[in-house]
Amino acid sequence: MRAKDSAELAVDWGTCKGHGLCAELLPDHITLDDWGYPIVGAGPVSAAAAKRARRAVADCPALALKLKSTAGK
Amino acid sequence: MNASVLWYTSQATGIVSLVLYTMVMMLGIAVAGQGRLPGLPRFGTVALHRSISLLSIVFLAVHIATAILDSYVNISVLATFVPFASSYEPLWVGLGAVAVDLMIALVVTSLLRDRISPRIWRAVHWLAYAFWPIVIAHTIGLGSGSGGLISGWELWLTIACVLAVFAALGWRIAVQLERSRRTPAQVLQTMRSEVRA
Amino acid sequence: MTAIDNGAREAVVPQSPPSQARENGVLPSRPLNVAEHRAYYGALPAADRLPLGELAARIGHAGVRGRGGAGFPLYRKIVSVSGAARARRLQPTIVANGCEGEPASHKDKHLLWLAPHLVLDGLVLLGRELRATRAILAIEADAPNGKGDLVRRVREAVSERDVRQDGVHIELVEVPGGFIAGESAALVSTLNGGPGLPTYTEHSVREHGVGGTPTLVQNVETVAQVALIARYGADWFRDYGTAAEPGPQLFTVYAGRRQPRVVHSAAGAPLWPLIADAEPIDAVLIGGYHGSWISAPLARKARLTEAELGVPLGAGLIAALPADRCGLTETAHIMRYLALESAGQCGPCLNGLPRIAAAMEQLADPHHAARYAGIVQNLQRWSGMVEGRGLCHHPDGSVRLVRSALTVFRTETAAHRAGVCTGGDRRPLLPAS
Repeated sequence: MRAKDSAELAVDWGTCKGHGLCAELLPDHITLDDWGYPIVGAGPVSAAAAKRARRAVADCPALALKLKSTAGK
Repeated sequence: MNASVLWYTSQATGIVSLVLYTMVMMLGIAVAGQGRLPGLPRFGTVALHRSISLLSIVFLAVHIATAILDSYVNISVLATFVPFASSYEPLWVGLGAVAVDLMIALVVTSLLRDRISPRIWRAVHWLAYAFWPIVIAHTIGLGSGSGGLISGWELWLTIACVLAVFAALGWRIAVQLERSRRTPAQVLQTMRSEVRA
Repeated sequence: MTAIDNGAREAVVPQSPPSQARENGVLPSRPLNVAEHRAYYGALPAADRLPLGELAARIGHAGVRGRGGAGFPLYRKIVSVSGAARARRLQPTIVANGCEGEPASHKDKHLLWLAPHLVLDGLVLLGRELRATRAILAIEADAPNGKGDLVRRVREAVSERDVRQDGVHIELVEVPGGFIAGESAALVSTLNGGPGLPTYTEHSVREHGVGGTPTLVQNVETVAQVALIARYGADWFRDYGTAAEPGPQLFTVYAGRRQPRVVHSAAGAPLWPLIADAEPIDAVLIGGYHGSWISAPLARKARLTEAELGVPLGAGLIAALPADRCGLTETAHIMRYLALESAGQCGPCLNGLPRIAAAMEQLADPHHAARYAGIVQNLQRWSGMVEGRGLCHHPDGSVRLVRSALTVFRTETAAHRAGVCTGGDRRPLLPAS
């Protein structure tokens, strides 16, 4: 039985303004491009980082970062 | 308890709340404009905005509780949340109640930020621009603590808070104008002239 | 719809094309009114001749794919949309996209000018099959058309028929033009009263489209193909083209003459006869502004198939670049258009495409020879940075064009590096508005 369903990070590009908090809070999953916009690493978020990921989603000033469940796909 | 201690505590915590909420406003404006505070990472501005707003709640709670408990004036618990229900200075206390209601909406939606729809969160958070002026009005009406409008050093402090927020707003508007000027055509123009340089 | 066996023999025997259509071809040589249309193509099959499920079966058997975009099989889209409609107990919407945002492409305008009733027939048929009540034909509000007022022509065609046919209500909607505006999600946004820009959605248009209903959006040419298959059958359709890319197809060809022409052909036809008039040539642009350049040697021997060309046929653009032009200049010119057409709402696209365009302009100018290594490096870097990062595929398509240019125009790049341009004529060949 799985403890947690895996989840993937996604960016709403229409709302993202390049604040860059996500890269600070999830440095192993997100880096910033030349213009301050997030480059999200492919693949699901590791279980260890899940809590930090949820925090990054909650803290994004533009509410542009999403955590989508990949369970059942 | 000595009535005046309660009253003066209410006044004092009221002034502190004003200053703290002014800081919260400025920090919120800084976040929206992507402003960085020196020495702090980007999430530092957001974290500070959140921490100070939660701290303000503590001072606000004391400000309200002491005002209710104080027997010098008649302010009921109901009057805290229902605007203009107080028998003492219904207008100015009522504005305080409006501010409290708005504050609750702001804080609750922000605590549930990742669970509610972004559009709803944003719509409610815009109410901050109504909340803070109402706080200022409430302060002006009751800040002197003894009938009549605010005066003396409390007045100057309030003016300073207003000027600070206006300055932050001015910066924010300038940032927004700059941002809205950035179109693909403008970026192309800038890139071309950089090449020639 | 129950599961359909694609291999089943067609339940109802289709018509043969009437003599006019058989002699003249899939499209008439002049615009037809509704009576002429019925004479040319034959009557639209009535509901009893084409029971529910039959049309979808034929479409599946015919292997119809959407033009432009990913060339997704129409049958699967139909199943997806009707499934979503059933699940949510909503009536779906059909949209025929006649917006042709590609400035160099004229095939959709050509089709709408000559045979708008084919498209309208297709809308009715798809509407019937999917039990949709709304079927929308979207065209550009100020559609330029060399022959006359296209918008008025289409309006006349719509007024010549019952606005409600077989329970399907046909609407003509005029939509502001623009490269991005013709993309399906952007078009649906416009039809919903929005800004005509791609938006972030959890669901595809097939589940949540016009008015929140499951929506089937197809290019007008594909919708016209449906109207033909309904009459003449899937086997007739498969007689054209190849097994992988069946069906008659329209192409917009630029081949040395002053005006481009729309050619009625199909996949598998040899490419060279279409562009022979333009020889000597340097390269050919296949697909559209989100397509790819192919080299002249390949263009001379290949047939019009994705397999042989190495690139998809896309929106059907075939533009031959004469040898006296500079491929880098042409690509820079197109890239500038693409950058300016960006919606500007996604950071990577807003920042990246103009930079890529400016870099292409430098590459196209032999005077910048000294900085070429840096320019190409920047191009590679920025291309990687904009790909896949945005609300639509505009950056991806633009990068595809640029990458193909860097590959195919290596000789030109080397010449420019040496300070010389091999093309004497630096005028732009293709339109950019």
